[in-house]
Amino acid sequence: MSVTEEEPQGTIVERPIRLDYDYTAGTAQSRFLKGIAQGKILGEKCPVCGKVYVGSRGSCPTDGVATGGEIEVPSKGTLTTFCVVNVQFAGQSVEVPYASGYILCDGADIPLMGLVQEVPIEEVRMGLRVEAVWADELGPTLNSIKYWKPTGEPDADYETYRHHL
Amino acid sequence: MSATRDIAVVATAQSPAIRKDERRNEVEILMPVVHDLREKAGLTQEDIGFTVSGSCDYLQGQAFAFVTALDAIGPWPPIDESHVEMDGAWALYEAWTRLQYGDIDTALVYSFGKSSPGDIRRILTLQLDPYYLVPLWPDTIAMAALQARALLDSDGVTERDLAEVVARSRKNAKDNPNAQLKGDVDVEALLKEPEYLSPLRKHDCPPITDGAAAVILAAGDRAREVTDRPAWIRGIDHRIEPHSLGVRDLTDSPSTRKAAEEAGVGNGKVDIAELHAPFSHQEIILKRALGLGDDVNVNPSGGALASNAVMAAGLLRIIECADRIMSGQANRAVAHATSGPALQQNLVAVLEGDN
Amino acid sequence: MEYTYTRSVGPVIERFFAGLGEHRMQGIKGSDGKVIVPPVEYDPFTGETLTEFVDVGDAGTVTTWAWVTDPRPGQPLDKPFAWALVKLDGADTGMLHAVDAGDQSKMSTGMRVRVRWTDDNVPDMGSIACFEPEAG
Repeated sequence: MSVTEEEPQGTIVERPIRLDYDYTAGTAQSRFLKGIAQGKILGEKCPVCGKVYVGSRGSCPTDGVATGGEIEVPSKGTLTTFCVVNVQFAGQSVEVPYASGYILCDGADIPLMGLVQEVPIEEVRMGLRVEAVWADELGPTLNSIKYWKPTGEPDADYETYRHHL
Repeated sequence: MSATRDIAVVATAQSPAIRKDERRNEVEILMPVVHDLREKAGLTQEDIGFTVSGSCDYLQGQAFAFVTALDAIGPWPPIDESHVEMDGAWALYEAWTRLQYGDIDTALVYSFGKSSPGDIRRILTLQLDPYYLVPLWPDTIAMAALQARALLDSDGVTERDLAEVVARSRKNAKDNPNAQLKGDVDVEALLKEPEYLSPLRKHDCPPITDGAAAVILAAGDRAREVTDRPAWIRGIDHRIEPHSLGVRDLTDSPSTRKAAEEAGVGNGKVDIAELHAPFSHQEIILKRALGLGDDVNVNPSGGALASNAVMAAGLLRIIECADRIMSGQANRAVAHATSGPALQQNLVAVLEGDN
Repeated sequence: MEYTYTRSVGPVIERFFAGLGEHRMQGIKGSDGKVIVPPVEYDPFTGETLTEFVDVGDAGTVTTWAWVTDPRPGQPLDKPFAWALVKLDGADTGMLHAVDAGDQSKMSTGMRVRVRWTDDNVPDMGSIACFEPEAG
């Protein structure tokens, strides 16, 4: 059979699946989301390694112990990495091309993921200092942060985020 | 499989079974169980040679949900780890097999599941044939009910027999601080209850449970270092039947019978048996297939009718046997776990203490 | 969580589904000659590749059943009904479907039921609405 010949397509059937869930965020994530609803970004600290997890799930993934405390970090930080999305996909709510990236808030040890706007695509870069633009109405959802925009500060030194890549 | 190394359960831990944990997510339920387990064994994660989990992403509604569960383990420095989309009993089977290689002496097995967030009856429909069955959406209780009627239609099993299984299960569960449904219930009162999905009544079906459970396995002398009275796994085997209900004899469990032979159930006196029978009629089928006499104490923990943390319930049968051996209450036990619709797949383990 | 899976059925299921679209039931002969409905690609006990299709009747006997008082989304009927394994005439295995018996008292193991076809004539399970008690 030559490479260009197509095999006749057999019968294909559709099997729609729908499952509904009543999701429990858990104690740590609930605290984080409540903070977001108040315009605050909260982290928790690991008692063993001291890392501050922002958007904590209640555990330190390297030490396997519960994180604790309520550490507020500013909604301002450094863009550690990013990507430019050029491909339209189903369910996409933003126009292409757009940049999405990891923002390491000052004092946090893990970055948050977010949309980067109010900067030309070709100027988006690692080390860019950014701050959150909050939605008019806040709720316990990351949609409360519309996107991150440049602060105008000089770029962060690579040394300040090289261990968070 | 013929084993060369003696492997034992040396420590166990479980969360109290509850209907719905509205506060905690899966990691938050699992983490204290893992900590408790390691503390009981006096081991750290560095002491563990192999870690394996049993859980089902569909219960959480998140792809790779089992990966986030590793937060409870703290996998750093990097660990040798595996996972099965099955009940933890099969994760234990994998750990037991891994230990046979002889290069490591300890394994940690954990399992967890919240049945409360989703519609567990509907989720389990997705394990069925996608061409012929899923479009009809027959749920797990319907499949069990079809098996129950086949059993009731056959020789000598009555609705009273089913009610007696339930009553015994609830009564036994009174002694189990982790069980969910417990108490003294009268068989006559049970029989007066309306049918739920005929011929099953609501109490013939398992409760919906959120929970987690874990064990540590150790080989040979290492097992004796961890505990004075290891629960040795003398035999373990699992078998599977065709998935279509229509080609199976629903009144029997040939896979359980075969697994029991291979695991060596008949090689000695059985003190207790923990059977993973989420539906009351299934305990009857399993007891027969395992060849257990009336002198065997069946489901002293209350079994899956008392608590049914899906994905942990099978591992919990092994745990309940191991606990009673380690505490000296029993010497030889049979643990059974099941998977698939209406007892399609069955695992049997024989555990024994040192005499 | 919602997704529509598109599944290629393969030649055996395709042939069975084509029959459904034409209001015909079929089975396949197993290694021991027993007729399996619905057809499977490999014998469930020997693993042998199966190829011999057999026409079976669209009526048969209920071998076991269960009564549903509260139908759930997606199930074949939205009023109380029975799940049943139905051994069609000429088949040796039961096929799972719903029986629109109207009342639990009308159901019994051994009763005769017949396929109620839909007008869709689709080559898929949707051509069978359910089963119903055979008249007379």
